[in-house]
Amino acid sequence: MQRSPATAPTIARLIEAFHRLPGIGPKSAQRLAYHVLRAPRAEAEALSEALLEVKDSTRLCGICQNITDADPCAVCLDPQRSDSTICVVEEPLDVAAIERAGVHRGRYHVLHGAISPMDGVGPEDLKVRELLARLGDATVEEVILAMNPNLEGEATAGYLSRVISVMGVRITRIAHGLPVGADVEYADERTLRAAMTHRVEVDAQRGDD
Amino acid sequence: MPRIRPIRTEAIVLRQRPLGDADRICVLFSPNRGRIEAVAKGVRKPLSKLSGHVEPLSRGQFGLAHGRSLEVVTDAQTLDSWPALHEDVDRMTEALAMAELVDRSTDFDVASGALYQLLRHSLDELTTSSSPRSVRWWFVLRFLDQQGYRPELDSCVRCRNEVGPEGNGFSAVDGGVVCPTCHGSGVGQRLSSAVFRLLRYMRRSSCESTAQVRVDADASAELERHLRLSLEQALDGRLRSSGFAESLARAETIGRSAASSAAERVQEEQKHAAI
Repeated sequence: MQRSPATAPTIARLIEAFHRLPGIGPKSAQRLAYHVLRAPRAEAEALSEALLEVKDSTRLCGICQNITDADPCAVCLDPQRSDSTICVVEEPLDVAAIERAGVHRGRYHVLHGAISPMDGVGPEDLKVRELLARLGDATVEEVILAMNPNLEGEATAGYLSRVISVMGVRITRIAHGLPVGADVEYADERTLRAAMTHRVEVDAQRGDD
Repeated sequence: MPRIRPIRTEAIVLRQRPLGDADRICVLFSPNRGRIEAVAKGVRKPLSKLSGHVEPLSRGQFGLAHGRSLEVVTDAQTLDSWPALHEDVDRMTEALAMAELVDRSTDFDVASGALYQLLRHSLDELTTSSSPRSVRWWFVLRFLDQQGYRPELDSCVRCRNEVGPEGNGFSAVDGGVVCPTCHGSGVGQRLSSAVFRLLRYMRRSSCESTAQVRVDADASAELERHLRLSLEQALDGRLRSSGFAESLARAETIGRSAASSAAERVQEEQKHAAI
């Protein structure tokens, strides 16, 4: 990023720090830096404390590998949840999304990425070993593979299903098809194929939800 | 400055990488424009109309406009989505190896019609072939040929004498078969007569016929080694996607080992509970 001589070096440093964050372009970085500059000191202190605290007090849960500030995390300790089902996701944000939907009452496992063969990212770079250590003692009956429906997600799901299939655990994959609000006419072949293959019976009494 | 007109081209999507929060950079391989890097905007959003049409290992018709540094995908229509390459991890692994070879060996704005047809035909074959790895072997031999690294299979690369099927070696550095005499003096790695015959058969046969040949595990491992070393010479480095192929080959062993460790753990816990 080009530094203007009219910008004080300390502000330029803050702009550069914001610019390094994902999704923040040079203009947004400038706006954020000047917002912090004009904000009350207490707001700047709260921001810097929050930044340091997130670095100092978070770690990975020893069981599910999600980011937590207490090990084991709240989800792994929750006695109301079923131990028989593990939903495997790529990223911690995926756990948050599934929890918001309230559709899974079992446990989770976060891989921290997906296999990307052409980038040289393999299973040894993910939390696969930790997942396998949780299986095979008959407590876990089903592993739900909730990877993204893209090439990396498919490679990861394909690899995991091959490893887990010999462990006597049921493996399922979340369905993929048309998202809510989409148009059939714009859907690609593979999405339509998946939607047709995994179509469901319409309950005449309730209607289709 | 004259305004550059947007273009339309057919292309195979070789790979993608994320850009910002919602976009992806797609690497397209076009028969008349070679390797093109283009931004597909908004494709990481759930309702994107473009996302399914720019998935790697698919062929489509693309509209491209000139952006500030990269091209921008304005519209896309899938022509071949090759579902089997996405649903079967073995076929996907072979397809990714072929896509990586093309990705690493082509340049922007260099017409590559022959290589495009080779890749398209091989991906077509891969969707139905009973032997996905044979399709890749067949592809690699022709890929090396097109890149100017055609392995010599008729005469010794050292002394130029004609070679028979027995006692030969294979030298990837020298680019082909080494006769028994030169091989005896330490040149090249062992080339069994089965693999020698298979290489010559693959060179003159169709992809479909190659897939019909039964290849035992030893010959398969030997052929993989010779082709890998030849590709490393051509690409000046190792194929990144080969690591995944190796992981996939070990997957069941890893699963069995994890299952037996879990069983031992349970036994140990039961023993402690009994005490």
